[in-house]
Amino acid sequence: MLLRLFAITSKEVRQLARDRLTFGMIVGIPLMQILLFGYAINFDVRDLDAAVVDDARTSHSRALVADLQATGVIVLRPPSPGLSDLRRRMESGEISVGIVIPNDFERRRLGNDRAVAQILVNGSEPMIDAVARGLASVPLPVRAGDYRSRTPVFEVRTEYNPERRTAVQIVPALIGVILNMTMVIFTAAAIVRERERGNLELLIATPIRSWELMAGKLIPYVLIGLIQTTLILTVGARIFDVPINGSLLDLYLAAALFIAATLTLGLVISTFARTQFQAFQLSFLTLLPSILLSGFMFPFDGMPPLARMIAQALPLTHFVEMIRAILLRGAPLAAMQVPAMKLGAFLVIALAIATLRFHKRLD
Amino acid sequence: MNAVPQAIAPAGETDPAIRARGLTRRFGHVTAVDQIDLDIPRARIYGFLGPNGSGKSTTIRMLCGLLQPSAGTVNVLGHEMPRDAEPLRTRLGYMTQKFSLWDDLTVSENLQFMGQVFGLPAQRRRARVAVVVEEFDLASLFKQRAGTLSGGQRQRLALAAATLHEPELLLLDEPTSAVDPQSRRDFWESLFDLVARGVTILVSTHYMDEAERCHELAILASGRIVAQGPPQQLMAEIPAAVVEVEAADTVAARRALVMDASVLSVAQLGTRLHVLIDPATPEPETRVLQRLRAASVAAQSTLVRASLEDVFVAATGFGRAADQRQG
Repeated sequence: MLLRLFAITSKEVRQLARDRLTFGMIVGIPLMQILLFGYAINFDVRDLDAAVVDDARTSHSRALVADLQATGVIVLRPPSPGLSDLRRRMESGEISVGIVIPNDFERRRLGNDRAVAQILVNGSEPMIDAVARGLASVPLPVRAGDYRSRTPVFEVRTEYNPERRTAVQIVPALIGVILNMTMVIFTAAAIVRERERGNLELLIATPIRSWELMAGKLIPYVLIGLIQTTLILTVGARIFDVPINGSLLDLYLAAALFIAATLTLGLVISTFARTQFQAFQLSFLTLLPSILLSGFMFPFDGMPPLARMIAQALPLTHFVEMIRAILLRGAPLAAMQVPAMKLGAFLVIALAIATLRFHKRLD
Repeated sequence: MNAVPQAIAPAGETDPAIRARGLTRRFGHVTAVDQIDLDIPRARIYGFLGPNGSGKSTTIRMLCGLLQPSAGTVNVLGHEMPRDAEPLRTRLGYMTQKFSLWDDLTVSENLQFMGQVFGLPAQRRRARVAVVVEEFDLASLFKQRAGTLSGGQRQRLALAAATLHEPELLLLDEPTSAVDPQSRRDFWESLFDLVARGVTILVSTHYMDEAERCHELAILASGRIVAQGPPQQLMAEIPAAVVEVEAADTVAARRALVMDASVLSVAQLGTRLHVLIDPATPEPETRVLQRLRAASVAAQSTLVRASLEDVFVAATGFGRAADQRQG
């Protein structure tokens, strides 16, 4: 029994070691993903191209523009002579933000009933809109004699991520996204490949048991998943300064549970797919909702009830919850019983489906 | 674990290795195997002869428990199939139609793996691998990846892997379809060696010369067994007279012969025509000559012994001649 399990596992490892492309993907996919996500996904937008139409041309209007530039959110391009030129430049994509200062700026500034100036924002790109709206809260230039107090009502403190760095929010959950991606595809493909090449017909005519075949194939991928976890954690901590506040043991236990759950999802897919191409497509079918609904990018609590129900059935949702708690908030695994049990339930159900659907027969 | 195979089947094991009754398999509306009865004796080579799609592979897969029969019963080595498929696994060897060992493993690794999967303990495994490597001449290929082997080498490796655990029954699904003639000869020598040690072999083929080497044969067409028995007996009892015609204008001769109602089939072999005639016809070779003279075709004819191909044509219903007459 153990001999057969060992036979499958060592065969799988040997084949993996000889398949340079797959072997490269084990390391390459996580590295590429974390660098891409770490650098490209940046919610603190800076250096937006902007242009000004200043019809007032007073010292105050110039001071206002200087204050806006000082926020670092915008970079000023040459000014526009009028509104129509500003719109044309935004249309062509040259600028994302336009600042319009009307000729009655001084009168508006002294009165208190109308906005003193206008900001035009290119709403066709995500994030820019919200960021430019933040510009609108910049206070009017302060000069002796016309001091206006604009003290904000609330002071905001961001716990666990005081500098509000996107990498801190992204990287822990990214471990889950990357594992979800590679684990499901690798297992689904590993079994379907043998079916496609005809190896499975020979294997099922031997005394091997279904569970030995499945477990033997999964064991190497559990190790690969833990290697990937280590890789992402190291890069996250070294390059993106992501803190590791919780216990590493808890973290690896949570990761192992999640890896097991995604591997069984891959097994279930392998019992449906007849070709490797189908296996890839089915894997992506589960990947996209995982990325969108798990809370990785969008807050889980803000989703409509149906989306939240779907998210509950995805292992990534529960892992994102656990990993953020352990890594950033330093929570112990013991405090994570609910998501851990949901992951466990997923594992048991998926394993049952895979075992029921996998027969040592061709029909 | 089964004992080392003995030269003669032990007493009490004289009943057939495989017995099937009314074996049927349907895929949706298609009946791939239709009401097959089989009695395959032990320590013999039993052949399935038939064209592609005649149900050979489907039958073999049902016999080794990979497909469930839609109807009928199968008994293999005294066990009901597919119910007892698992306990029988160690006593069966199966060679798939397509090479299905691992291309990215070496010959040695493939054999080791199959030995492990069949649960052979380390010592026995080492000994058995050494034996099959010697038997199937794999020593020089031992460290080579299976994917780089030639058709004949792959087939030797596949048979080595299938016999590694010393099965009593070997099921070989078109083992020689991608193999050169010399390798085929060697392969059949190996099969007879195995039979001499008491192994029962079921082999499917679409080669006539291979089918003729079997102890017994079933001819399959469209999922049915249309003839069954030892090849010699099938050839002797063919329900047709076989006349060989030598004619200068074979095309004209052929055209004239297919018009005759007593002619069941005409096949051309070089400059000669092989003609199957209704066995009720008196003096068939004279009848053929009369027919040809009437069509003013100069020819000679001789009555000859039936070949296995004639048996095959006769068993599958002489399809062509009848069609040609109608057309």
